[in-house]
Amino acid sequence: METMAIDAKGMHYTPLNRMIREAVASGVKEIVIDNVLGQRFIANGLRGDVRITINGVPGGDLGMFMSGPECIVRGDCEHAPGNTMDNGTIVIHGSAGDAVAHSMRGGKVFVRGNIGYRGGIHMKEYSQKRPVLAIGGTSHAFLGEYMAGGIILVLGIGHETALEDRGIGSGIHGGEIIIRGDVEDRLLGVGARKVRFTEDDQKRLSPLIKEFCERIEVDPAPFMDTNYTRIVPASSRPFAGKYTWE
Amino acid sequence: MCGIIGVIDRTKARMDGSSIKRALSLMNERGSGEGAGYVAYGIYPDYPDCYAIHVFFDNLIEPKSKVDEVLQKWGRIVHQEEIPTYEQPGLKKEHIPWRYFYKPYTDFIVGSNNPAEDIVKQLVMTVNSTIPGALIFSSGINLGVFKAAGWPEDVADFYRIEDYKGYIWLAHNRYPTNTPGWWGGAHPFNLLDWAVVHNGEITSYGTNKRYVESNGYKCTMFTDTEVVAYLFDLLGRRHGLPSEMVVEALAPHFWDEIDRMPEKEQKLQRTLRLTYGPALMNGPFAIVVATSKGIVGFTDRIKLRPLVVGENGSRLYISSEEAAIRVMDPEVNAIYMPRAGEPVVGRVVQ
Repeated sequence: METMAIDAKGMHYTPLNRMIREAVASGVKEIVIDNVLGQRFIANGLRGDVRITINGVPGGDLGMFMSGPECIVRGDCEHAPGNTMDNGTIVIHGSAGDAVAHSMRGGKVFVRGNIGYRGGIHMKEYSQKRPVLAIGGTSHAFLGEYMAGGIILVLGIGHETALEDRGIGSGIHGGEIIIRGDVEDRLLGVGARKVRFTEDDQKRLSPLIKEFCERIEVDPAPFMDTNYTRIVPASSRPFAGKYTWE
Repeated sequence: MCGIIGVIDRTKARMDGSSIKRALSLMNERGSGEGAGYVAYGIYPDYPDCYAIHVFFDNLIEPKSKVDEVLQKWGRIVHQEEIPTYEQPGLKKEHIPWRYFYKPYTDFIVGSNNPAEDIVKQLVMTVNSTIPGALIFSSGINLGVFKAAGWPEDVADFYRIEDYKGYIWLAHNRYPTNTPGWWGGAHPFNLLDWAVVHNGEITSYGTNKRYVESNGYKCTMFTDTEVVAYLFDLLGRRHGLPSEMVVEALAPHFWDEIDRMPEKEQKLQRTLRLTYGPALMNGPFAIVVATSKGIVGFTDRIKLRPLVVGENGSRLYISSEEAAIRVMDPEVNAIYMPRAGEPVVGRVVQ
């Protein structure tokens, strides 16, 4: 397998992305980038079958519009990794900023630590495309805001309560949010509804939970039960009648 | 957009401006080259009891003679000089930055708890609203703002900020959205001991402006952030509220959160909201405010702008981006995101 190493110390994101693009075009399957600090837009719009290991803290919008590659971040992320991502995987072994998986339409974003505000805002799904945002730690407010599709999973590892911030699923009209343990009613956003996590749900989601745990290097066994809360849309049009009248 | 970063060394160990320049430049994407600036506390130890008054002059004839006259009327100019600047290919010198070290005559007014500060505040308002071609943009003791319309590194090199050493630094990279970029509209905004950097918009600017103007302030910089500096001066200095309480007044808790508080706390929060209704700031914002005693960072209650905190021993960093903190201090060991509206405070240890 063709591999390539890049030292990104002090490098601007434009030449960095050009190098990545050229490497993928020439058949490189494995790229390791060291000393990443603040470079935005890494792997933007990138297609193909390549694994990129990012050592450091990449800047905002990692993997935006990306379709296919896998990015593994050994460090934290800034805002919006997986923004409008089409396919592929981003695994973040640290924490991430606001708007993680913003408008994501396919693929997987796995975060080992915590995420900021508005994780999964306006995620969507269509036909076979069903994006996944999974979080090992906790999330700040407005998780799944205006969510239109896909799955958000929060395990709350290291936290007594998986989620303590308000506005969960505010304006949700598609998809589902799965949170470890119970969620206080007052934390639900407008248009969000809590339902029981059934054994069927467990059967359906256990491959995902297992895959996520393995990718973030956590034993999946303790998470293989029905101790979750499932949050779904109360209706497909939560704001019908708010701005117009029929 | 806009990028902000602030640092305090709580033991008052002084840092030169080279590392904050690198941090701000890392966030160039957050600006548009139309405004950048820095403020540092502790840079003028040779004038420990003088107000350092920084002025932009359009020329050194009419505006300067008028400013000299009004300053000499109200106090003594201990020293004055042009602020040293160094030509940069990417930055057009549109004003002449000048500094006065100034002592007001405190026995000229009555009815003030702090006549020196009230005189200087009045001088700032008078000069900025009545003398064309002169703008006081920095007026505190042992601190100074350095700003211009340009990219972060150009503005830093224009003033050679690595020649200044301070124990608190704030920096700002501007992306003007609602008003044009100009030297006076660059951040930080300063009045007396208060300096403010801000990312976002104060959509309640009209209400807030009316409120501060009815309390003797004049908004002259054509941008919203100016009002934040005056709100802090009014609530923090003149009304004597501690910084955390000023933040609670400007970005108060939601009513449903107040309802869940213990009774005594509820009463305080309700009183704050009712008393300071016109000071409440709406819109998306992340703000860092400094005084000689410390810094405080906070965001709007629903967190529409980013803010990250880092710590390393006596140093506390508050920034729009984590990478900017790590550029300043690769050894930073605790990075976290504060909750929306929750003040993050770094105080000087006495």
